[in-house]
Amino acid sequence: MSIPQAAVPSAVHQPRTNPAPTGPAPAGRTADGTVGVLVGFTAVLRHAGLPVTTERVTAFLRAVGEFDVTDRADTYWAGRLTLCADPDDLPRYDLAFETWFDPTITTRMAPPDPERPLPSRMAALTAAPDSPGASGTEPAPEVPVAASGAELLRHQDLSELTAAEREHLRRMLAQLRPESPTRRSRRRRAARRGVPDPARTLRAALHAHGELGALRHRDCSVRPRKVVLLIDVSGSMEPYAGALLRFAHVVTRAAPNSTEVFTLGTRLTRITRELRLRDPEEALRGAATAIPDWSGGTRLGEVLRAFLERWGRRGAARRAVVVVFSDGWERDDAVLLGEQVALLSRLTHRLVWVNPHAGKTGYSPIQGGIAAVLPHLDDLLAGHSLATLESLLKVVRDA
Amino acid sequence: MQLENAVTVAAAEPACPVAGGPTDSAAALTAALRTTGYLAGEQVARAAFLAVRMGRPLFCEGEPGTGKTALAQALAQVLGAELIRLQCHDGIDASQALYDWDFPRQLLHLRSLEAAAGSGQDRLDAGVVEASLYDRRFLLARPILRALQTSPSVLLIDEVDRADDEFEAFLLEVLSENAVTIPELGEVRAATPPLVVLTSNRTREVHDALKRRCLYLWLDHPDVTREVEILRSRLPGLPERLAEQVAAAVHELRDMDLIKPPGVAESLDWAQALLLVEATRLDLDSAAATLGAVLKYREDAERALQAMRSFLP
Repeated sequence: MSIPQAAVPSAVHQPRTNPAPTGPAPAGRTADGTVGVLVGFTAVLRHAGLPVTTERVTAFLRAVGEFDVTDRADTYWAGRLTLCADPDDLPRYDLAFETWFDPTITTRMAPPDPERPLPSRMAALTAAPDSPGASGTEPAPEVPVAASGAELLRHQDLSELTAAEREHLRRMLAQLRPESPTRRSRRRRAARRGVPDPARTLRAALHAHGELGALRHRDCSVRPRKVVLLIDVSGSMEPYAGALLRFAHVVTRAAPNSTEVFTLGTRLTRITRELRLRDPEEALRGAATAIPDWSGGTRLGEVLRAFLERWGRRGAARRAVVVVFSDGWERDDAVLLGEQVALLSRLTHRLVWVNPHAGKTGYSPIQGGIAAVLPHLDDLLAGHSLATLESLLKVVRDA
Repeated sequence: MQLENAVTVAAAEPACPVAGGPTDSAAALTAALRTTGYLAGEQVARAAFLAVRMGRPLFCEGEPGTGKTALAQALAQVLGAELIRLQCHDGIDASQALYDWDFPRQLLHLRSLEAAAGSGQDRLDAGVVEASLYDRRFLLARPILRALQTSPSVLLIDEVDRADDEFEAFLLEVLSENAVTIPELGEVRAATPPLVVLTSNRTREVHDALKRRCLYLWLDHPDVTREVEILRSRLPGLPERLAEQVAAAVHELRDMDLIKPPGVAESLDWAQALLLVEATRLDLDSAAATLGAVLKYREDAERALQAMRSFLP
């Protein structure tokens, strides 16, 4: 493994206030200047998105104290072992370490920004104050009665909404109450039937002065089944992507511990952490910042392979309900896509493909990508309107 | 009982005396680990050193077969500690990880008390009966409790990602207190806290509250030189040339976008298989005969055989 310049003990390790402490030195005994530099470094890391907490900072300082504070490699590893929590954190840590502890680099002193932020994209669904739809300069089709308006809107194509309708749809999406699919867990709970429960039987016997009464039982409990949403955010899916992310947020919030959300574009991005935030606007802003390849090209096959390698095969997709939102538009070879979907379908409990075009009249799945994946799917659903998303929720719940 | 199988106890011999020995510096620990046959890189050595010195659990993540479990075994040997292993699985709960009561024996005991009371005229006193039922001799210590009672010990909590959230929360409590409370008996506290090594294959994200209390160690596959060293130290009968060929071929395979790239465990298996078929060098014939030791998917095996034509004699 290569460490950025860390293997070489460096004299530029700033500021060098006291000679190397001999033996274990608690953090408190390290000179204040050094502590300042180290704490400043943790602030940079927090800014870069690492899960830096006070507890971790304390551990970091202790770890540095155990090592030689003037040794660059020691400091590098002390921080990497105490301040990182995920392989995704490691490149960001390396970059931050390099910038913070190498004064010769002046051009990259700003806290590293992992990905280009693209926050403005999220405005697409909510009406901007000066957008034509909201200001009324453009005659938006008015909805005469609220109830029937909502009913109409439920069936309207998500890509053809006016700003006012999007605002309305946003509220309707927030009112969805997704229910998780369930599976039987191996964890057993007290139940009326099932296998004998000696612990409860014995306690009951004690209460009855040693008289063994009826046998107590326990049985497998029911747990939420994992749900994985894979959302295509490439150019051809752009009109739907905003609404689908909002939908993903609603699903994630309903079962934060058993839902995973990824976006597929030219690369794979995991946005589960962002979407777990309660506030939808904040969550979607976070997600938009995390997605570096918004409305770019599609390399579905390759990105699915990345998903399977990094997440799916390890367990994220195992026995899960996996929902892919994509039009199946594949720039590359559709054979690879077909292979990967076949692998995916072998791992999953149920594989659902949602294609916004599938609900349109005259649609038939003959287009290269979708034709390649079709044999491996459990369901191919439409996903162009709120009503179709609601029926998707039913399919997922009953999976 | 099925559970007993999950618990293995390796009697470890102290490789070096503990005082003034392997835990003085990361370099000393590396050397001590080397004597057990575990070749630690600087990252692993530093992580293990910090875990010992700071008394923090070591959270190891990485590809399968990168030596996560082997690290715990080697550490136990170096520290002269007993290795206590807890294999996590779906639905694992406190009665399998911590302690359980021996209910059949308790029931027998209760029956015999009743029988004794039936012959005499005394009525059973509920309090006395209860105290005698929940006695230490009916307590079955599971791995975590055993680790707290054994000193020194290394507690290996293997594949923690297979357990569920409730178990994580429970683990968090035990790890931060180094003590457990058994309602009927009271608190059991470790005289010297065990060195805890957790491993995860990342099948699911472990809660940050748990990771926060640990040192985070990400393990990668070793480079070719180190892999040759590992092969040679684990399989003393392996000729150097064969070790080099196996390591080089395994590295080629890892770069091939396979469904399941081979880990160190697989290259060890492969080398051993080659020894068993008495191959003196790795060529297409011997590779084809032993490929099942290293690749476990039909698709992978087909692709690998194709590719090997270009780099194997």
